[in-house]
Amino acid sequence: MSSFIQWIDERFPLTKVWNEHLAQYYAPKNFNFWYFFGSLAMLVLVNQIVTGVWLTMNYKPDANLAFASVEYIMRDVNWGWLVRYLHSTGASAFFIVIYLHMFRGLIYGSYRKPRELLWIIGVIIYLAMMATAFFGYLLPWGQMSYWGAQVIVNLFSAIPVIGDDLSVWIRGDYVISDATLNRFFAFHYLLPFILAALVFIHIVALHKVGSNNPDGIEIKKGPKGNRWSDTAPADGIPFHPYYTVKDIVGVAGFLIVFLGIVFFVPEMGGRFLEHPNFEPANPLKTPPHIAPVWYFTPFYAMLRAVPSFAGTQVWGVLVMGASIVILFFLPWLDKSPVKSIRYKGMISKVMITLFVIDFLVLGYLGMLPATPGRTLVAQIGTVFYFLFFLAMPIYSKIEKTKPVPERVTQ
Amino acid sequence: MSAQGVDLKKRRMLITATAGVGAVGVGFALVPFISYWQPSARAKALGAPEEADISKLEEGALLRVKWRGKVCWIVNRSEQMLKDLKENTDHLLDPDSEAPQQPDYCKNWHRSIKPKYWVAVGICTHLGCSPTYRPDVAPADLGPEWKGGFFCPCHGSKFDLAGRVFKGVPAPKNLVVPPHKYLSDTRILIGEDAGGAA
Amino acid sequence: MKKLFVILSLVLLPLAGFANEGEVELESANIDLTDHAAMQRGAKYFVNYCQGCHTLKYFRYERMQDFGLTKEQIKENLLFDKTKKLGALMDNNMPSEEAAKWFGTAPPDLTLTARRREGGADWIYTYLKSFYKDESRPFGVNNVVFPNVGMPHVLMELQGVQEAVVETDEHGNKHIKELKLVKPGKLSPEEYDQVAKDLATFLTHVAEPMKLQRQRIGFWVMLFLFVFFVVSFMLKKEYWKDVH
Repeated sequence: MSSFIQWIDERFPLTKVWNEHLAQYYAPKNFNFWYFFGSLAMLVLVNQIVTGVWLTMNYKPDANLAFASVEYIMRDVNWGWLVRYLHSTGASAFFIVIYLHMFRGLIYGSYRKPRELLWIIGVIIYLAMMATAFFGYLLPWGQMSYWGAQVIVNLFSAIPVIGDDLSVWIRGDYVISDATLNRFFAFHYLLPFILAALVFIHIVALHKVGSNNPDGIEIKKGPKGNRWSDTAPADGIPFHPYYTVKDIVGVAGFLIVFLGIVFFVPEMGGRFLEHPNFEPANPLKTPPHIAPVWYFTPFYAMLRAVPSFAGTQVWGVLVMGASIVILFFLPWLDKSPVKSIRYKGMISKVMITLFVIDFLVLGYLGMLPATPGRTLVAQIGTVFYFLFFLAMPIYSKIEKTKPVPERVTQ
Repeated sequence: MSAQGVDLKKRRMLITATAGVGAVGVGFALVPFISYWQPSARAKALGAPEEADISKLEEGALLRVKWRGKVCWIVNRSEQMLKDLKENTDHLLDPDSEAPQQPDYCKNWHRSIKPKYWVAVGICTHLGCSPTYRPDVAPADLGPEWKGGFFCPCHGSKFDLAGRVFKGVPAPKNLVVPPHKYLSDTRILIGEDAGGAA
Repeated sequence: MKKLFVILSLVLLPLAGFANEGEVELESANIDLTDHAAMQRGAKYFVNYCQGCHTLKYFRYERMQDFGLTKEQIKENLLFDKTKKLGALMDNNMPSEEAAKWFGTAPPDLTLTARRREGGADWIYTYLKSFYKDESRPFGVNNVVFPNVGMPHVLMELQGVQEAVVETDEHGNKHIKELKLVKPGKLSPEEYDQVAKDLATFLTHVAEPMKLQRQRIGFWVMLFLFVFFVVSFMLKKEYWKDVH
């Protein structure tokens, strides 16, 4: 065995990579619950790619056949229902895991120097995920698929001058049609591989700067020497075996929840698989109430909250776009002398709590039909969403922070 | 890394246990993905047993029926043809149908339920072409010894009128006889016999 | 662990919590997906009363073996078109363009109705019970659950004729308070309820035939995962003894 490894090592840096990224990669020893979601996101990505490739073997990206081919998979193909539910539930699970992963970064300041680029790559991953999910949602060719795509593509027509031509170009037709379905399928198949490449880059960047931790302390700057190595950070432990065995527990826990949904409530009460999507797309009839899938609804609520103005509805689109773009600037908006929420002041703690509530409320409002009252709440929510970021340079600077300890706390 | 206070035995035991349970899990997880490639309910429905009406099949003629997407033949053999089958076996590779290319009830000299009517899958056992029906005796291209049979145009394999393969041709085995049964004297069901559907 | 539940409930509760937004209160059909007899009766009613216009175009006749029918029973009692094989889909022979001409709109396929409609079986059950006489409609009937429905009440001979009791509120808006049976059909109201329930059970099964199988497998998967969780947790604990 060792001679075989040696043969490989002379031709490929197997042992070197293993040591640098696993066995001798020292991660802070105080990771908590929130640190499970990175590895879980990778697990879900693999699940989506594998089940997706399998679904492709029977799916037909053709407006006349798509809906029936999904039912064919659900009924006639051996275990097709399981593969399909794994994929549809996996889409929602991906966003849940990523939202929790982003929340972790937010509270512990994992976007701060030297991890700005790591955060930016992460936001790009999030964007690629949203695009993938959007393209994929059209494929079952149900009523929600159809009208959801119709509404979102029409957002582009809000762009002045070129808008109408642009939305026609995206659709390849005057309405969502077979041509649209075909190109969305092509992108839905392509993007996950780009996503996988981005995840690779994300990890390369992570291993360059090292992991942050709940205390927001740079363990590389602390004292050296632990039981595994004299030169490694004292507060670090080898990723393998300690975090590999821990992540396996995380995977087991995650699978209990995830497969619990897959096997017992795959529709999730009409949230993961929506009722109108069990009816084939009908360009002549809009369902009484359409809303995007739950993971897009916070942004959809912001879109609807902005009224038309000066004869154009482009403002809502701009606000929605800005709500994502602003994430890119987060590393430079936070002026606090400390990274972690643990040592930040009261204002930051309150703001982050309110931000999470705000995001959930916006998400909830985005699912409901708009009423004047709800629109008002959504407007307040939108303002606060931006306030959280735009006021951060001020409140993160003026508030009184707690002293950060020298070493990580357990 | 044998630091003190480490119970290596316990660790090995737990690694084995986790890896073992994990491997079982992966094994079960593979089942749906492998089974997914098996013929679907639609393929099975389309491949369901096929009925054939032989009331208009003349002596010496061949009827083609599609079963599971494959061509099946039903041949009405004359007295002379049956006589040739019985007597002319020297040039055959497996004259007694020892290889399991037919249901047990067709393992006989005529390779069929009733001697007269022969049912077979019309696909060459060499590389899957469909042989040509050549009932003519001693034609110029097949030689004076030819008593009627099947000739595969792809690679020249030869079979007699019971689908038994000749010696010295590329095909290694006799033609396949599918499970079948008589629903009445003139109706044959291909793909299902007394033992149930294939 | 406590944290985990707090977070999960935070994330999942607002997603799961949403009420039936339909305006009509649905009656509970209280169906039982293990009630094979109800499904068999439902299948019989479907082929006799519904299949003339509606299809189950993703459902195969042979799958009725799942609720206890034999191949012979299906062939003799439920498969009217003798040229069709047992594995055929439950189509009908009405071309949809023709149907659209007769009914104004093509009768929808019903395979997925129980999943399409919020309320599922309850919706179908209440719908079948909610036809009432309305001379202004082309077929002389309307439906409380599906206003201005474009189909006749094909089960009228069984149920009889219902009329709407209309009340006017203080704003002058008219509401249907209840439906009253004015002309009894062949069946008593209780017997008719059973017919509606049988059809609801059958159509719910048809909408997701693998539901019970899914849950059975899910049980074993959960059991396995708990074992895996415990073993991997013990492994993690053992290794983390090193970390102080």
